[in-house]
Amino acid sequence: MVPLSWYLMLSAVLFIIGTAGVLLRRNILIILMSIELILNSVNINLVAFSYFLQDLRGQIFSVFVITIAAAEVAIALGILIALVRNKAALNVDEIQTMKG
Amino acid sequence: MTEQIFFFIFAALAVGSAIAVVSLRNPVHSVISLMVCFLQMAALFVLLRSPFIAVVQVFVYVGAVLVLFLFVIMMLDIHKASMERFVSGGQLGVIGLLVVLVIEMVLIVSKSKLAGISVASVTHLDGSVREIGEALFTKYILPFEVVSFILLVALLGAIVMGRKEVK
Repeated sequence: MVPLSWYLMLSAVLFIIGTAGVLLRRNILIILMSIELILNSVNINLVAFSYFLQDLRGQIFSVFVITIAAAEVAIALGILIALVRNKAALNVDEIQTMKG
Repeated sequence: MTEQIFFFIFAALAVGSAIAVVSLRNPVHSVISLMVCFLQMAALFVLLRSPFIAVVQVFVYVGAVLVLFLFVIMMLDIHKASMERFVSGGQLGVIGLLVVLVIEMVLIVSKSKLAGISVASVTHLDGSVREIGEALFTKYILPFEVVSFILLVALLGAIVMGRKEVK
């Protein structure tokens, strides 16, 4: 049988890879994909705990996480399309209209 | 034992394709790697006896989200963006932050009492869709409705933002 700590390690590794993608890359599409990766690594954690503790709440939560991630991607890509239509920039360093 | 071999195969493929997602230059290649990664995660969900989550993962992520990504990449000009360097200079702070994160994660996972669990103690969940459906429509009906409302808002928002300005 696979112990719980292996799943936790895998999910931590994927989380760190996703964080590295968000922090190191400057392409806005890659940043969005890394956010998806982070959300999915959290899902692995939730489902693993749900199985090992035999508690359904983990699976219910991961269904909600998947739904919210889909909504977030739809909105983010909508914003991206509107942004590129006004200003042809895919690099997050060039987008500074809000002085952020 | 067989389960451990399959876990290693899926985990290695997932980590490898995740590294490919953040390191490849061409966004289309990144999307394809992300697809491989999500399929491996669906396989891991099957190993965790949650077939419903695995199917939802394949439908929603591979079927909808990644196709949406490909569609947006098709509408954009990726040639300029794909010429970017992976690590531009002056990011030592970021790398230090990542090292701290790695140490923190290793400490949390190794020191946790829960991480020692190797088999599920009791198995009263059978991983069927019926259980999840009953829980979603009885105990978790309010979050379920809220999520459906959020989806409606996201749909409207995407339509409004994707539309051309009418003057």
